[in-house]
Amino acid sequence: MGFFDRIKSALGGKKEVSDTERRAQENYKEGLKKTRGTLLTQLQSLFADYTDINEDLFQELEDIFIMADIGVDTVVDFIGQLKEAALEAGVTDPKELQRLMVDKLFEIYVKGEFVNSNLKMNKEGLTVILFVGVNGVGKTTSIAKIAHQLKGRGKSVMLAAGDTFRAGAIEQLQVWGERVGVPVVSLKEGSDPSAVMFDALKQAKAEGVDVLLCDTAGRLQNKVNLMKELEKVKRVIEREVPGAPHDTLLVVDATTGQNGMSQAKAFLDTTEVSGIILTKLDGTAKGGIVLAIRNEIGIPIKYVGLGEKPEDLVHFDIEQYIYGLFADLFEDGA
Amino acid sequence: MAFETLSDRLQSALKTVTRKGKLTEKDVDVMMREVRLALLEADVNIKIVREFINEVKEKAVGEAVMKSLTPGQQVVKIVNEELTKLMGETAEGLNLASKPAVFMMVGLQGAGKTTHTGKLSLFLRKKEKKNPLLVACDVYRPAAVDQLKTLGKQLGIAVFDKGTDANPVDIAVEGIAYAKEHGHDLVILDTAGRLHIDENLMGELSQIKKRVSPQEILLVVDAMTGQDAVNVAETFHKELDLSGVILTKLDGDSRGGAALSIRKLTNVPIKFIGLGEKLDTLEVFHPERMASRILGMGDVMTLIEKAQENFDEEESMKMAEKFMNASFDFNDFLKQMKQMKKLGSFSDILKMLPGVGNQLKNVDIDPKQMARTEAIIYAMTEAERKNPDLINSARKTRIAKGCGQSVDEVNRMIKQFLDMRKMMKQFSKMDPKQMERMTGAMQAGGKAPGPGFGGGVPAKKGKGKGRGGFRF
Repeated sequence: MGFFDRIKSALGGKKEVSDTERRAQENYKEGLKKTRGTLLTQLQSLFADYTDINEDLFQELEDIFIMADIGVDTVVDFIGQLKEAALEAGVTDPKELQRLMVDKLFEIYVKGEFVNSNLKMNKEGLTVILFVGVNGVGKTTSIAKIAHQLKGRGKSVMLAAGDTFRAGAIEQLQVWGERVGVPVVSLKEGSDPSAVMFDALKQAKAEGVDVLLCDTAGRLQNKVNLMKELEKVKRVIEREVPGAPHDTLLVVDATTGQNGMSQAKAFLDTTEVSGIILTKLDGTAKGGIVLAIRNEIGIPIKYVGLGEKPEDLVHFDIEQYIYGLFADLFEDGA
Repeated sequence: MAFETLSDRLQSALKTVTRKGKLTEKDVDVMMREVRLALLEADVNIKIVREFINEVKEKAVGEAVMKSLTPGQQVVKIVNEELTKLMGETAEGLNLASKPAVFMMVGLQGAGKTTHTGKLSLFLRKKEKKNPLLVACDVYRPAAVDQLKTLGKQLGIAVFDKGTDANPVDIAVEGIAYAKEHGHDLVILDTAGRLHIDENLMGELSQIKKRVSPQEILLVVDAMTGQDAVNVAETFHKELDLSGVILTKLDGDSRGGAALSIRKLTNVPIKFIGLGEKLDTLEVFHPERMASRILGMGDVMTLIEKAQENFDEEESMKMAEKFMNASFDFNDFLKQMKQMKKLGSFSDILKMLPGVGNQLKNVDIDPKQMARTEAIIYAMTEAERKNPDLINSARKTRIAKGCGQSVDEVNRMIKQFLDMRKMMKQFSKMDPKQMERMTGAMQAGGKAPGPGFGGGVPAKKGKGKGRGGFRF
């Protein structure tokens, strides 16, 4: 059974759908409401306009997916696969194409692997998670939300204020620390971020903390010196705690366009990014670039931000995401 | 530099036609497909891409182009013109007439509002002799008020805040009253970042607008934004009637297609661009210059302006005289190098020169080269500097020892200097038409000019010619 059918049957209210799963579905559906809007209208009018499948239809489909910020190469690739699949299955009705489209999107993300969106926890001792990204994507806020969630699961959490550059960044993390009720290790503005990490790691080990979340300053990926600084931060962490950082999360703003690819490549090079946090997905942006990132360089998405509240930062679930994007297709369609 | 990848792609697309003496409709089609992809990869809005492609195609296959002697270059010219048109032909200023003038900064979270509140105040204090007051209306993001206060302290610019418990509308109103009392003639309101779909917060912005009637409402947009940029701008514009856009983080490697899209689809002009984390990295947006920068045709105007800011006019005139009659000596060369350094890094300057940007992508420019050249000159006697012809081999050996470099190195430098002097003399005798051919040949040949060349730009301007030399 294809992915499309699985989702449909899940929606049909079959018993195997648990309450939590349904809640997750609602969460995605609500969070992606604005995102879905334009995409769906376009798709629906497209499928209404065409009575048979031809080159023009594919051309327009291509445009629609490009508008969702899915990279040009990935879209071209995706449309190619879709054409092939349609030919192979002998599909002639555009309605049928919808089903294939959803299945293919799913495949592009999964790539035949089991994708786990959980954080890698160190079973013996301190887990260190490093947060990286360009300026203004929401690193600090994401840290606060994850800290809140981990604390709720009974973990002891500490934050390291590694953004010593931007005015007010340390205060921002401190305010969050107070709100969430977790300690924050910081030095004064302008200090070497590696020194902050060193202190924080020492303190976290001494206090037997479960998880240390490390904030860093936003940096554009083409700034060589700043990327070197980040490399050093990572080296210090590696040296102080063997096996750390256990996860390095690249925070990407959902409104980001094609530049997201360049971000992922550069940060992967310097810090071996292990996952992506896609923030601000509750706007109209579609964050399609993360599909391209997954398709072209393989980094999976771990979290998506669907709202302002701490619990709105949820583990990424490709099924829910695609469902969230195409919810109405599943409900109204065939 | 921003736009770099876009210009790479566009240039390679355009190259397929520039060299051709004859152009068929099919040639144009092939090229336009590449141009389409290049623009889409640069995040240019898809509606605009479609329109743009159609317009260029229509003009490019027109009879005048096909029959002209250089059809390829004509097409490049059309693309350049259309790009400029997309971004809004001329630079637009700010409305500073009222006392105090009130500006409102709005935008999504993380676009760079607070930082650009700081940058803009510094810019206007410097350029317009304003006495700005920054008002902290973002009471939501933790430490946003602290951030603005810290920026104010760094810049020595006053900040008005009421902590985080006050209502942003009241803060704005009181801030303006405070400005009037304390003689500030410019007030910049830093507001909270929000998603454009957040109705409560958008309502708050409308209320601030209604209460304080600002002269400018500036939308701050991240240059890395994708296809959604237009949605964001349209929503803010509908709600607030924007007067301008500030495009930030253009110092990244994003292709900045949002810049092309916003102006066209909302008709709101882009007024400034932000080019770094430091507070003095704000520039006025010049569409015509940006278009030629995208196409890799250089940005001579910005270079000239930068030069004017940093060069002494009289000094430049004297230098120009010397160029013309070849009395240019090592002392002048030294002076010139010092001035060049004020313009910024050498590779940045070269990128602004037509035809150079793209060639230089993989060339490593050694910033120490200039220092080495300087060292050689410092090792010369005053007489040698004034009269380079004096330098014989014994003197060369001494100079080499004096500056710690090989005689070869000294020879090379002196030869370069003499070549340059000769070239300058030729330039000065040329009529504009010849010059045009010459720059054309340089673009095709792709030779990067040696150090010291850049000084010729202001000098030429001083003589009232030169601009014509930088067309295609």
